[in-house]
Amino acid sequence: MLLYALKRLIYVLPVAFGVSVVCFMLVHLAPGDPLTAIMPIDATAEQQAQMRAAYGFDKPLPVQYGIWLFKVLHGDLGASIASGRSVASEVGRAVGNSLILAALATLIGFGFGTFFGFVAGYFRGSLLDRLASLVSILGVSVPHYWLGMVMVIVFSALLGWLPSTGAGPGGSTAWAFDWEHIRYIILPAFTMSAIPMGIIARTVRALVSDILSQDFVQALRAKGMGEGAVFRHVVRNAAPTALAVMGLQLGYLLGGSILIETVFAWPGTGFLLNTAIFQRDLPLLQGTILVLALFFVGLNLIVDVLQSSLDPRIQRG
Amino acid sequence: MIIGAPPEMPGRDRGGPGTPLLQVRGLAKHFGGSSGLFGRAKAGVVRAVDGVDFSVGKGETLGIVGESGCGKSTTARLVMQIIEPDAGEILFDGEAVGSRALGLRDFRRQVQMVFQDSYASLNPRLTVEDTVAFGPRVHGASPSAALAKAHDLLHRVGLEPRRFAGRYPHEISGGQRQRVNIARALSLDPRLIILDEAVSALDKSVEAQVLNLLLDLKRDFGLTYMFITHDLNVVRFMSDRIMVMYLGKVAEVGEAEAIFEAPGHPYTSALLASMPSMDPDHRTQEAPLSGDPPNPINPPSGCRFHPRCKLVSTLCSQAEPALNVMAGDHLAACHLVDPQSGHPRLAAA
Amino acid sequence: MTAVDLSAVPIPPAERSEGYWASVLRRLRRDPVAMAALAVILLLVLAAILAPYLAPADPFRGSMARRLRPVGTPGFPLGSDELGRDMLTRLMFGGRLSLFMGVTPVVLAFAIGSGIGIFAAYVGGWVNTVVMRIIDVFFAFPSVLLAIALSGALGAGILNSIVSLTVVFVPQIARIAEAVTTQTRNRDFVEAARISGASPLTIVRVHILGNVLGPIFVYATSLISVSMILSSGLSFLGLGVKPPEPEWGLMLNTLRTAIYNQPLVAALPGVMIFITSIAFNLFSDGLRGAMEVRQ
Repeated sequence: MLLYALKRLIYVLPVAFGVSVVCFMLVHLAPGDPLTAIMPIDATAEQQAQMRAAYGFDKPLPVQYGIWLFKVLHGDLGASIASGRSVASEVGRAVGNSLILAALATLIGFGFGTFFGFVAGYFRGSLLDRLASLVSILGVSVPHYWLGMVMVIVFSALLGWLPSTGAGPGGSTAWAFDWEHIRYIILPAFTMSAIPMGIIARTVRALVSDILSQDFVQALRAKGMGEGAVFRHVVRNAAPTALAVMGLQLGYLLGGSILIETVFAWPGTGFLLNTAIFQRDLPLLQGTILVLALFFVGLNLIVDVLQSSLDPRIQRG
Repeated sequence: MIIGAPPEMPGRDRGGPGTPLLQVRGLAKHFGGSSGLFGRAKAGVVRAVDGVDFSVGKGETLGIVGESGCGKSTTARLVMQIIEPDAGEILFDGEAVGSRALGLRDFRRQVQMVFQDSYASLNPRLTVEDTVAFGPRVHGASPSAALAKAHDLLHRVGLEPRRFAGRYPHEISGGQRQRVNIARALSLDPRLIILDEAVSALDKSVEAQVLNLLLDLKRDFGLTYMFITHDLNVVRFMSDRIMVMYLGKVAEVGEAEAIFEAPGHPYTSALLASMPSMDPDHRTQEAPLSGDPPNPINPPSGCRFHPRCKLVSTLCSQAEPALNVMAGDHLAACHLVDPQSGHPRLAAA
Repeated sequence: MTAVDLSAVPIPPAERSEGYWASVLRRLRRDPVAMAALAVILLLVLAAILAPYLAPADPFRGSMARRLRPVGTPGFPLGSDELGRDMLTRLMFGGRLSLFMGVTPVVLAFAIGSGIGIFAAYVGGWVNTVVMRIIDVFFAFPSVLLAIALSGALGAGILNSIVSLTVVFVPQIARIAEAVTTQTRNRDFVEAARISGASPLTIVRVHILGNVLGPIFVYATSLISVSMILSSGLSFLGLGVKPPEPEWGLMLNTLRTAIYNQPLVAALPGVMIFITSIAFNLFSDGLRGAMEVRQ
């Protein structure tokens, strides 16, 4: 397995390199100088030239990339224009919050998803299957930011049970594992879990019904083995792929959290991204996207290696 | 477009009756690793075809037999120029393929192939007539002329155009599909048709019908066949001459009857002996072939068959026998055929 | 045997079998769920196209005195928004932009992605490897992140939003196209076509496209619902359409403050996105089912 992990790591390096290039180029995509977004309109030509030199925009692009990459590899992601703090520390603080939210959402989604998927796959073709499949289609089709709004309407505005925004009382930006704070994570986590729930339910349904239709299973039943044994067999065979999908969903949630975090004002990387975009805070934008993308790449790698160790048949060349 | 042309259209026989239609010399193909050839091959290279010489005369059927992995299918694909040979030359009617005298496109009009899997050989989205008409269309025929030719060919292979022309591959049986494949092969008026296990996947009764069809077509169209199979009964029925392959090399070649009556190579004898017999007086008592099937990555030294040969001697593991002449055009790659090889069993005679 | 010139002889009409797409359509028509979904989609599209003629009011004219009326108010069948504009009208007009911005990226990505994938797979070799590696770089980003990053970098606007979503979907379609084409290219009938001396372009046109475009198309239809959610999401964040243009995602954004006043009205635009998304998903599933029958 170690050898395979090493092989995959080597394969990932050019991809990570490509990711860094894309992140770097993002800032230079819009027509015109990246500077025009930052500078006040009435800046003199001299001030503009000074700023340009300070940010290194006067150098040719490949050189700029090289300097930026060099700094990144040393952990320096630059400083946020808006707050002045180092991007690395801002992202570092926010990542924790996002991870907690995404992890919880993934667990909830995985739990409900496997339940519905199992029911649908085991009782394929029956009414139960249709109901469970309906739930999973709803999960996959829902616009999650709208679902968040609906949750807020129902549980916060109408019923008043749960708070509508923030990670803690008084708009605190740190989340802790106590009752006060748990109330704040419930709505965002459940909202976030809808799409993974739908996807996992679909995947599990397909897996389960595939495994059950194998001749192997008929042979087991003919031998007189109880349903319990069949169930365990299904679980063992479905587990690697199901877990892989769960891992991937975690990655998607982490990278795509901006919409939900905006709705709930959850102080995570998504919210940070939102701020960066609207304040045209380019270093913050670049740094956040880079960290999130690399997280995703790393997560994919781990899922890949784990899946191949659980099921040796799955090995990507 | 002329339909039903007489055998050997005037102007196509460039080499004359004496020239073999197909001559292959020193053909070789190694898979995996860069061009390592005889002796310089790298580890892990599959030596699928390793120095093969043969020729096919005009109007004859050369049967090629051997077990799986002996290289017969690869040889077919090399002749068809589907894959690039690593070494060797291929002469068609005396001219080298790919030279100025015989371009690849021109060659393609004269040599066609019928594959083993009748279903995979047909585009599921095209009707039968469109499949057969594709070749003529590619070479410039008008749609109506191509369709007319397609219908005529379908009729020739025993598929009534009214019933079959508008059908899709999944709606007809395996035998019918193979007839379509044969019609397609004929659509470019080829002179040589390579049949790569073309009847192996068919039921026995259907197989007999298709074989008889092939014989009729050969006579009517003046065709030459290269018939590849692992079924010895079929190859005896169809072939004028037979070539036996083993591990990428030719083991024996000669007239069909000669091979069956008096095989020269121990491998051929073993193959013939392993045919199950219905005759209670000639039961097969022991397995004629012992040992494991060979590994084409690491072929045995000397004669490739020596680990499984009942007549093996130390000479066999040291020196590789050439294709020695037994009688006339009957050749076998065995030391026992060469009176001067020094094989111990020869001294006893 | 005498030679006969048959090109002058008329061919008797052969019995024609049902083609592949005809059989897909037939199976699709028998699927009630898919048909219902298709009906919903057509209804939405029609309402969007005919909005200028069917809508009761002007989508841009509002009055502060009549803001945030509930559903069922006379004159405002679905209520009014935060600037007093009629919701039904806004939703109908909003459908035009929402559907356009949701479907266009998928259409563009289908064309571009298929081209890239089929080309890379047919040519094979190192070209294929290089192209797919570049595609892999884009796969390294979660779709939402990439869409937002590109949109954020390019700036707000309809065109920019379509461009960024197209860039998000091209790699996905290209990957499917490459996989299916590689599979098809290795089948015997393609080899047989090569033996008949056809040029690569002819082979792709006659033999490969017919077998490959179907699966790619089905995959593309499954992306439409994702595209709609993402494009409306971009507008929701303020990265897509700008006010006062009616668009469902943007409307959700501007109505957010009204969730305490008129929760039902505030939720309506999202309901539209939800319904559209479900309909496209159900139709796509039905299409896949109709195509998957083993022939």
